[in-house]
Amino acid sequence: MGWFTNPAAKTASTPTEAIWAICPACKAYVPQAEWNNDLRVCPRCDYHDRLTCRQRVAQICDSGSFSEINATVSVRDPLKFADASGAYADKAQAAVKKTGEGEAILTGTALIDGIPVVIGVMDFRFLGGSLASGTGERILLAAEAALQQRRPLILFSASGGARMHEGIISLMQMAKTCAAISRLQQARIPYLSVLTDPTTGGVSASYAMVGDINIAEPKALIGFAGRRVIEQTIKQQLPDDFQTAEYLLEHGFVDHIVHRGAMKSFLAQVLRYASHR
Amino acid sequence: MIEIDFSKKLTPWEIVQVARHPGRPAITDYVQGMCEEFVELHGDRAFGDDRALIGGFATIGGERVMLIGHRKGKSVEENIHANFGMANPEGYRKALRLMKLAEKYGIPVLSLVDTPGAYPGLDAEARGQAEAIARNLTEMAALRTPFVVVITGEGGSGGALGIAVGDVVLMMQYAVYSVISPEGCASILWRDGKKAPEAAEALKITSESLKKLGVIDEIIVEPDGAAHSDPGLAINAVKKAVLKHLKALKKVDTDTLLQKRYDKYAAMGR
Repeated sequence: MGWFTNPAAKTASTPTEAIWAICPACKAYVPQAEWNNDLRVCPRCDYHDRLTCRQRVAQICDSGSFSEINATVSVRDPLKFADASGAYADKAQAAVKKTGEGEAILTGTALIDGIPVVIGVMDFRFLGGSLASGTGERILLAAEAALQQRRPLILFSASGGARMHEGIISLMQMAKTCAAISRLQQARIPYLSVLTDPTTGGVSASYAMVGDINIAEPKALIGFAGRRVIEQTIKQQLPDDFQTAEYLLEHGFVDHIVHRGAMKSFLAQVLRYASHR
Repeated sequence: MIEIDFSKKLTPWEIVQVARHPGRPAITDYVQGMCEEFVELHGDRAFGDDRALIGGFATIGGERVMLIGHRKGKSVEENIHANFGMANPEGYRKALRLMKLAEKYGIPVLSLVDTPGAYPGLDAEARGQAEAIARNLTEMAALRTPFVVVITGEGGSGGALGIAVGDVVLMMQYAVYSVISPEGCASILWRDGKKAPEAAEALKITSESLKKLGVIDEIIVEPDGAAHSDPGLAINAVKKAVLKHLKALKKVDTDTLLQKRYDKYAAMGR
């Protein structure tokens, strides 16, 4: 199935979104069915497209094993925040409506290759996967569930960082979630962190970076400060691979880059060591 | 610098200017003004010694503590040397090393926070700025010794929080503490950096707002005309507040202390 990489073939057809997916990275046309069967990974350039939290759960968890927890924890508006484009409360409700999720992370219990876990998966569609009070509360409660049930915790991150609309309360979620992770460490409960595109700002500087094992998807953007901010600060060009999963691996901050197709089996492989006691 | 009339209630944007005032006491002033003794300890044992974040043993009113804090300079030369109080990963790792030493020796930690933020540089990313801050957040939550934080000037986002998870968080009246600078927030959410005064208002970054939100425990009142108008008086007010809380925290048994610290942060945003 390599014919669609031929530019001539593109002009020969009139692709529509219903039939064709267009790879955001290499712009290749891929039949929609193939795009979805291939875990939303481009067969030509291996680009890993962003997933919704439910798509991720379907890929990682044993069929039918996922059971959502903390669904009643929803978006809050502690600052009654509004900016030039309107009230945060309205934007949050729009995000809920758009995604069908209550916050930027979906949490639950599940099995991975038969191994019981607590899992949390962030959804970038929900206000850029930003960390705020509802997100932090779901993560803390997921970690507490892992502690009580003595199950490993797995968190998939996909986030632009702390949510500005909840101001300092969002910043405090970094401390809150790390306090929960700290308790897992003390109780020797495994915690695996999977960094997907993108994992930046306050999320990279809190729970995402302190996994027992940090795993990343290929080419995922991972970093603390934004590229533009750094360029303006140091007034020099940044390397092309700057803040990619590969860059992080080279600098010693992730253990493994794992292709989406191999993610479930890799997690199960690690969990068989981590859950041995 | 905008003109500020202290006879009226200051706007959040005016308070930002006061918090950044070059004459505001810096950590070197606190060391001189409230410590009988200071033994600086250098280096993260892995890469280097960050001049933007300093620390060491200190005695304050007879109380032995591990003092850590961001360092802003008093002149351009000093500020360049201290990177304007913006720490690199080795700064956060040095701070963690000193916190663990305090835990080992059974002395409390006093953290003075005054930074625009963690340094956004190429090398900082390469050496793991995110990991360094994340590690500190995780370790501070479980550090088995009392931990007092004072936000003395600018509490700039993750760069501030990276040394600011404590049992008690005090804040000076005209300090600010925020997830993002008002300028940064304005340029993103208002698409205009000049809307910083509006962003400063909306972000609720003043001591008064943060006390109401339960993010800080106590406001340290500043002299008339703010800390820069009478640094000695301001430093004394900090010393008095710090000593009160240190003495109280030392009486709490460690397991209770850690449970309360966990509960304090677990409750953030509830």
